[in-house]
Amino acid sequence: MEKILKDVVLDNSDEIVRMWIEQVKKNQGGAFYQSLSDEALENTNREFANAIFEGIQKGKIAKTPLDEFAEKLINLGWPLTYLTDGMQVFRRSVVKFIIHKWDDLDFSEAENYFELGDDYFPWVLEKVDEWVDPLVNELVSEYSGSWENIVSLQRMALQELSAPLIPVMDNITIMPLIGTIDTERAKMVMESLLDGVIKHNAEVVLIDITGVPVVDTMVAHHIIQAAEAVRLIGSRCILVGIRPEIAQTIVNLGIDLGKFPTKSSLRKGFQTALELTNREIVEDTNREEEIENLIESLDRSEEE
Amino acid sequence: MSDQSCVYIKKEWDIVAARQMGRDIATQVGFKTVDQARIATAISELARNIYLYAGAGKICFEAIETVQKKGITIKATDEGPGISDLAQVMEDGYSTSGGLGAGLPGVKRLMDEFDIISKSGEGTTIESTKWLR
Repeated sequence: MEKILKDVVLDNSDEIVRMWIEQVKKNQGGAFYQSLSDEALENTNREFANAIFEGIQKGKIAKTPLDEFAEKLINLGWPLTYLTDGMQVFRRSVVKFIIHKWDDLDFSEAENYFELGDDYFPWVLEKVDEWVDPLVNELVSEYSGSWENIVSLQRMALQELSAPLIPVMDNITIMPLIGTIDTERAKMVMESLLDGVIKHNAEVVLIDITGVPVVDTMVAHHIIQAAEAVRLIGSRCILVGIRPEIAQTIVNLGIDLGKFPTKSSLRKGFQTALELTNREIVEDTNREEEIENLIESLDRSEEE
Repeated sequence: MSDQSCVYIKKEWDIVAARQMGRDIATQVGFKTVDQARIATAISELARNIYLYAGAGKICFEAIETVQKKGITIKATDEGPGISDLAQVMEDGYSTSGGLGAGLPGVKRLMDEFDIISKSGEGTTIESTKWLR
């Protein structure tokens, strides 16, 4: 930025800030701003103005006050438009101020000053743009960078809970599916299912869809494919957690799930899985009898 | 009285947004869980068709309320390649993408009214209504 322009702006910062705040307030009529108290908005506006001017004073340093201010707002969840709008208004205010006060201001030290003559308007615009544009770009990239960061973190978090496989018993493994299944996730389900079946040496795999909100043809197709693949590597698949409304939509859609067993709940599926692996749940009622028998036999031996 | 809202389908996750909005509107109209699931599934099918075959398009919802009955209309519009043989896509088991081929005939069974207009090269519009009983 031209030094002369910088000096003029700094010298007249009070006037420019006043114009800026006036204009910015007019633009802040949206729903977001109405949820804020006037005082909070006023303070933030002032802080914004200070950050801009401090940034000008200090010049290029690693982390300008403007960056810090932007970062703070991002963390508080303010909209990006607040920052971009603020900068645009700032640009307009500076241009307006300089044009209005051209005759009172001393620009004689500026380069090419004498060539400008009365045609100073484009020169002012160009100089101010040259200076404000990089600031705006910086703000936007700061903002979108932190946004992208959040999105990628959330995607990772989502992937982590995408397709867990829980070996509950020898030869019995459960895969609970929760949330929407998209193409990417369907692939992960298939992979981790097959890996898990081999790794845990599972004979029966229960796929629990209690937490899947909608089963459309795509989801059904992927489940059928996964079950078929599990069958190919020598294990069996039971689909559990089919809610009544999901059962009805599956019938309406005309999806044929007849090839592999389905159960309404995980509990029933688990029982079936036990049966398939030749096991059953037995209540332990014999213990008491055994003790009684023991006592009886002791009594008898005493009598003898 | 009518109220229209739309969701643009460009990414796979937009299908979830469409489904969510449809489900919300269906709940407001007064549909019970089973019908909500039917409507959400139908939206899912229509939105996925847009995503898979046309690339982009939109799904609009309209809550309908007349003196006799209430319902929800789903309108799926795209400017994709269109469908050359309508009779064929309404057959169970026909699919060009290796899917189950139950999508469109399934939607027809899930909903009460179903109307499809498609021109090869110009796009497809599907309008489907479910009445509250």
